[in-house]
Amino acid sequence: MNSKLKQNSVGIVKPETIEINETLRLDCGKLLDSFELIYETYGSLNSEKSNAILICHALSGDHHAAGYHHKDDKKPGWWDSCIGPGKPFDTNKFFVVSLNNLGGCRGSSGPNSTDKKTGKEFGPDFPIVTVNDWVNSQKLLGDYLGINCWACVVGGSLGGMQALQWAISYPEKIKNSIIVAAAAKLSAQNIAFNEVARQAIITDPDFHDGRYNDHGVIPKRGLSIARMLGHITYLSDDSMRQKFGRDLREGKLHFGYDVDFQVESYLRYQAQAFVERFDANTYLLMTKALDYFDPAADFNGDLSLAFEKTDSRFLVVSFTSDWRFSSSKSHEIVKSLVRARKNVSYAEIEANQGHDAFLMPIPDYLKVLSNFMENVG
Amino acid sequence: MERKDFKFISEWIQKDSTVLDLGCGDSTLLDFLRTNKNVSGYGFEKDIDKVQQSINKNISVIQADFNSGLGQYFDQNFFDYAVMTQALQENKNPDKIILEMLRIAKEGIVTFPNMGYWKNRLQLGLFGKMPISNSLPNNWFDTPNIHLCTFKDFEGLCEDLNITILDKKVLNSNYNSDNLLNFLPNFFGEIALYRFKKS
Repeated sequence: MNSKLKQNSVGIVKPETIEINETLRLDCGKLLDSFELIYETYGSLNSEKSNAILICHALSGDHHAAGYHHKDDKKPGWWDSCIGPGKPFDTNKFFVVSLNNLGGCRGSSGPNSTDKKTGKEFGPDFPIVTVNDWVNSQKLLGDYLGINCWACVVGGSLGGMQALQWAISYPEKIKNSIIVAAAAKLSAQNIAFNEVARQAIITDPDFHDGRYNDHGVIPKRGLSIARMLGHITYLSDDSMRQKFGRDLREGKLHFGYDVDFQVESYLRYQAQAFVERFDANTYLLMTKALDYFDPAADFNGDLSLAFEKTDSRFLVVSFTSDWRFSSSKSHEIVKSLVRARKNVSYAEIEANQGHDAFLMPIPDYLKVLSNFMENVG
Repeated sequence: MERKDFKFISEWIQKDSTVLDLGCGDSTLLDFLRTNKNVSGYGFEKDIDKVQQSINKNISVIQADFNSGLGQYFDQNFFDYAVMTQALQENKNPDKIILEMLRIAKEGIVTFPNMGYWKNRLQLGLFGKMPISNSLPNNWFDTPNIHLCTFKDFEGLCEDLNITILDKKVLNSNYNSDNLLNFLPNFFGEIALYRFKKS
């Protein structure tokens, strides 16, 4: 652990796992009789249990949002820039809960866990879960922790969709919602990117219809390509130009199909690292959850009607260079909230990091979050 | 509260009403109206630092350029009042903005500096230079004020657009009113407040 970070870090954290023995009826029609969720908490819950913040992760995120697991960890949790003493989600004031979502591959029930009915790994048979299912499972986690109402539910990208769904599904159980770099539904272009990623995985000869673990292999090539494609869409043209330009890795062209340019080397490295930590079935499931998200569908396509029952305050944030979930998608959310006459603020942060900006410590962004959080609780 | 024009605006606004503030700055006006008139509403603001200050005040603020169209956000008569303080002259199409204000709100309120103020007339008419005064502090080359007008000009536009002026208040640059101002407003007045609606 970097000693410089120590003073405003939550420090060493330890995940907990709970087994929830309550039947969860999923949107796909299937029932989950029991399931496990792994989560971390930072800060302490006050006696009124009114200071809890729920952190919702994006496609490849997990429960480890802040702090370190071991003192020699090189990197802290994925949103350490925002969670900790004196940070926007101030652990001196708030009790922060971060979980790995159902269907994940980092400790919560998902394709990698054992199906109690068969005694075998779920693999591809783990049901496809939706954002709505996640929110329902998160509500049960809240019940377990004794949290009847969240002071704030927050997330970026797919996490922002969960924060949005919370206000719709449990309007009385959420006081504030922060929706960062998200969308009320995906566009055809978004779905197309996800489909290419899925095809890369499914057509990998090592995929074996999702039973790759039984064959002692993993669909590395497919998952790598899916990640490379995803990664390109998370960056902006500008940020890639700044980071790599057309720099050559070895200073000369090779006139072959191995790595010539730095950007190729970077993508391969990122893909390799991803394959080692992520599961292909989970990746497929997460992209489907993204594609299916459309809360307005239950309200005749009118998102503002979906917000009718909530008294939550909202903060919507987008980034200028994000083209995966562009500002126009955030506008759609803001417009619906305004039409429903909800308390909503919207900031469009100047940033050249593309969609990934939501994970970065951009001063204006952190300040917007802090300013909003000042009026929470 | 520093700006006295906000106090005059507040006097025109009914309790418990809804207000849209176009170019709301740090939302001092909306904050004042919320406290004193139990008003709810939204602010539009382009500048991120002012958006930050507004969010800090727990005001609903939307970071956007209202010139890019309010129609996408608000239906007809969505608000009781649409307010724009000291920003009309900075707009590309003040006439269109005024009409848009009266589409989304039942009444409009604007404040703007008077180009016809005697000191401005003197600088242009006698000395042949673009005026610089307390209410118009910028040079011609760096001013945000691209559509300056006099009170008479504004009233003429309202007539052309079929708009009824409901209230008018003329102030000096310290936001005070006196008899002299009311005697020859377009000559002695520096800042005007207008409340208006569709005829």
